[in-house]
Amino acid sequence: MASTIFRSFQTHPLLFHPTTLLRRKNVFLYCTLGSAQTQTATQEKVKPQVKVSHLTQNKTLENASKDYEAVIGIETHVQLSTLTKAFCSCPYNYGSQPNTSICPICMGLPGALPILNFKVIESAVKVGLALNCKLALNSKFDRKQYFYADLPKGYQISQFDVPIATGGYIDLDIPVEFGGGHRKFGITRVHMEEDAGKLIHSDDGSYAQESKSNFGFVDLNRAGVPLLEIVSEPDMRNGIEAAEYAAEIQRVVRYLGVSNGNMQEGSLRCDVNVSVRPIGQLQFGTKVEIKNLNSFSAVSRAIDYEISRQVLLHSQGQDKEIVQETRLWEEGAQKTVTMRKKEGLSDYRYFPEPDLPGVFLTQDYVHGIHKSLPELPEMKRRRYEKMGLSMQDILFLANDINVAEFFDTTITKGADAKLAANWIMSDIAAYMKNEELTINEVKLSPQELAELIASIKNGTISGKIGKQILFELLAKGGTVKGLIEEKDLVQIVDPVEIEKMVEKVLSENPKQLDQYRGGKTKLQGFFAGQIMKLSKGKANPGLLNKILLEKLNAKS
Amino acid sequence: MLSTLQPPRSLSHLCNKPTTLFLRHTSLKPLSSLSSQPVTDSTLTGQSQSQILSTRDSLLSRQITAAQLAESFLTRLRRTEPHLRSFLHVSDTVLAQARELDEKIQRNEEVGPLAGVLVAVKDNICTAEMPSTAGSRVLEDYTPPYDATAVRKIKELGGIVVGKTNLDEFGMGGTTEGSAFQVTANPWDMTRVPGGSSGGSAAAVSARQSMVSLGSDTGGSVRQPASFCGVVGLKPTYGRVSRFGLMAYASSLDVIGCFGTSVADAGILLHAISGHDRLDATSSKREVPDLASQFVSISLLESKPLKGLKVGLIHETLDDGVDIGVTSAIRTAALHLEELGCSVTEVSLPSFSLGLPAYYVIASSESSSNLSRYDGLRYGNQVASDELNSQYMDSRAKGFGSEVKRRILTGTYALSAGYYDAYYKRAQQVRTIIRKSFKAALDEHDILISPAAPSAAYRIGEKKNDPLAMYAGDIMTVNVNLAGLPALVLPCGFVEGGSAGLPVGLQMIGAAFDEEKLLRVGHIFEQTLQNCRFVPPLIADEDAPF
Repeated sequence: MASTIFRSFQTHPLLFHPTTLLRRKNVFLYCTLGSAQTQTATQEKVKPQVKVSHLTQNKTLENASKDYEAVIGIETHVQLSTLTKAFCSCPYNYGSQPNTSICPICMGLPGALPILNFKVIESAVKVGLALNCKLALNSKFDRKQYFYADLPKGYQISQFDVPIATGGYIDLDIPVEFGGGHRKFGITRVHMEEDAGKLIHSDDGSYAQESKSNFGFVDLNRAGVPLLEIVSEPDMRNGIEAAEYAAEIQRVVRYLGVSNGNMQEGSLRCDVNVSVRPIGQLQFGTKVEIKNLNSFSAVSRAIDYEISRQVLLHSQGQDKEIVQETRLWEEGAQKTVTMRKKEGLSDYRYFPEPDLPGVFLTQDYVHGIHKSLPELPEMKRRRYEKMGLSMQDILFLANDINVAEFFDTTITKGADAKLAANWIMSDIAAYMKNEELTINEVKLSPQELAELIASIKNGTISGKIGKQILFELLAKGGTVKGLIEEKDLVQIVDPVEIEKMVEKVLSENPKQLDQYRGGKTKLQGFFAGQIMKLSKGKANPGLLNKILLEKLNAKS
Repeated sequence: MLSTLQPPRSLSHLCNKPTTLFLRHTSLKPLSSLSSQPVTDSTLTGQSQSQILSTRDSLLSRQITAAQLAESFLTRLRRTEPHLRSFLHVSDTVLAQARELDEKIQRNEEVGPLAGVLVAVKDNICTAEMPSTAGSRVLEDYTPPYDATAVRKIKELGGIVVGKTNLDEFGMGGTTEGSAFQVTANPWDMTRVPGGSSGGSAAAVSARQSMVSLGSDTGGSVRQPASFCGVVGLKPTYGRVSRFGLMAYASSLDVIGCFGTSVADAGILLHAISGHDRLDATSSKREVPDLASQFVSISLLESKPLKGLKVGLIHETLDDGVDIGVTSAIRTAALHLEELGCSVTEVSLPSFSLGLPAYYVIASSESSSNLSRYDGLRYGNQVASDELNSQYMDSRAKGFGSEVKRRILTGTYALSAGYYDAYYKRAQQVRTIIRKSFKAALDEHDILISPAAPSAAYRIGEKKNDPLAMYAGDIMTVNVNLAGLPALVLPCGFVEGGSAGLPVGLQMIGAAFDEEKLLRVGHIFEQTLQNCRFVPPLIADEDAPF
């Protein structure tokens, strides 16, 4: 299919021989393909599931771990969701047919020149500001040069010595179940660059060489799609911290609306550098890069595996075995394996991109963007904290910007924060999970949730009725008032009416009444249930119990 | 006149005779001669007459049809091409396009300002309907899916692309011997090179195979062949013309330039292709002045038409390494300018000699990157191989010629870690110095003048195996590219050589975006140049050129 499209440009199809692919097979693992399920924020596991590897169960290793410290830095590539590519007007849609979104510019045809999409700058400035970076008002693009079949120009337009943003940090809160605590991790730099194409395998899902085809294929749809590379300081010490860092980056880019941050589609890619050193040593150990991390949980597990591997080598005096290399995380085997050893430092022969003018920002432009920034995850968390919410609630609500916005709107409509949080985290979250819906897809509006909470609080309906109404609202929409009226669900709060019901039930169950009065006080529940049933669930439970108790005990 | 050419040292024997210049004004043709030179004129047009304007007049006044015109050019092209080999590809739709135009004229429809103008295009400029190879095996038979912006504009204004002209591979060279396909000869002497890298475009215009042509100028590739072939060559300011569709050699230096047999034609063609292009981020948003209709006829001129114009003769360009014939032709041209009212003074640019090394570092560095895309994977020639790296290596080893490889290697070296500061960075610093020194000189002077090349056309093969000697030949022109300035080269005299002498070009350098001034001065200069007919002997015997 690649070849057909290219032919329309009167060029040769993209061919190269199978063994090429064999040798380069590992590369495929880096760019995940296949049927991509659109992953939504609520579906993605943000809290990494820690699985303890066999290695860490090893007693000696456990002891050895105490003497070593891991140093972790992360390079994150964020694919920007601009309408068009970074340097041409081709749109990019994940999953479209290969080579259907290409032009002479992103194909690197002779004579074609890049033209900068200014939305890329805007996104970079937003991210730079959100990560508390210093922005370079005068920056530029550079060429990073290397040959590969997915890189049509033979160089990638990137930023080298003057990245658009530097020296920032990110704040985050570690979930309680992982020990909790606040962390601040440094951001070394943020720079803009373009994505490469993808080498793809044949239709039957096998790699080209396995299907004995003589051709390898290149899909250039992704070539030229804008990326931000965010480089962290080597501030993290374990897999959880690294995964939480990556999750926070995802939250930030989603809050800013600059990327869908989807790891499975490759919109957010993390390459981590891990080294281990004896505690007390200032110098870093030999660092190993790990690629192919397609979820936060993989980030966490791969790092913990790699730390264990390196600690074990150290403790056995084999630290020379740790070499500077790129390793791949194998999800199936739950381990890292060597992808390629680095032969010294690769020389990318960077030099300023002569086809693009420098990037000049004015202070006004930056201020304008700063003012337009939304409330960011960290600010939200701190605000929720002041409301008195628990950290568990805070992390849940602030994790997904849509959930957070739902929550915020609910409380601006007057709902009690704690109650709103409870509703969202319990019944609403459960419903979304079961129905595989996002918060924006459920029929319930924040307005009605606030109304529901108010109706329960002011006694119009009982909590139990409230729950029934909630599921109606989630599934079908409508208003709380409408449902209450329609179904005649207004709570009975008239003591006289309740008293009548109490008396009716007591008189209908003399046997149980005798038993109660004989000391079997547990039967209060039975009576309460009967009365509630009689009231069709509408009796105010507090009042009901109060009156019931009075009646039960009165004649004893 | 040419046969009486004397040793060029003696002023009185050169073709321009400043002392008699103004005496002859009265005997010139009436002022209408420029704008309405009838094409039926049985003499070859000289320097001062615009073929573009006379074509337009002749077509609109129905004196000739576009088809007749095209046929006459194609006939000459067919006759001369076996000797010259200036074209890599000749369009087979020229006559059809001309007939279409004739029908339009018949129907009294509006036709563009370049209607019927036959334009040759250097083969490193993309054309959608013709192969565009940049003179390289790596792009043999490659036809781009789009027209370069400059070509698109020419077509939109009614111009007809005659064909694609030969060049040194990817514009790297100064003789056109570096083409992977053929060597082009100089129309003035078939044993000599036409210069380069736009040698095909220069030779085509010189031999009137086309009226005008497009070339590209990275270090002198329009100006030096213009000088060698005795035609006008115009290198615009960097950013004046879109580079979209020009196969990049050195992006920060490359410009598309124009060839014509008159300053007016070069100016009109430049006007047609100038302006901001959203497809080239380095193209200037500056307003383009009317470069096309400022060519005042000689008879309207005052006796000192360039009175008050300050001209700086660049001292360093008349050094030892320059042929004495060239030097004296330039000094004569300077006297001519003085006769026209200019004040000519020598100006020193101490950084001048630094231009050559800085140019070769920057151009090679950028080319090493720009040529990375020629990997045989998506287009062009591919050598089958069972492994990606060896496929790259084989495709590039077989696809590129030796000069291209030399520059890629030089550039790769200069950009390598550990060498970057010593070479590329330092060259950029030198570039800044050069830019400043030109700026200073042009603040003091309206234009600067120098030879376009240290010698006239040399023999085919003479410098082929001596790259350094060839590089040294770029000394007059590379500084202008480093400074991004516009420069006009126009024939100003002859030196001995060939059967009829060899033309020498005068280079006029202007301030950034001031092509207008260069064109005005150049136009006056060429009109007042006496006794010079820059028509090569190859076609000198012919009757009407069109």
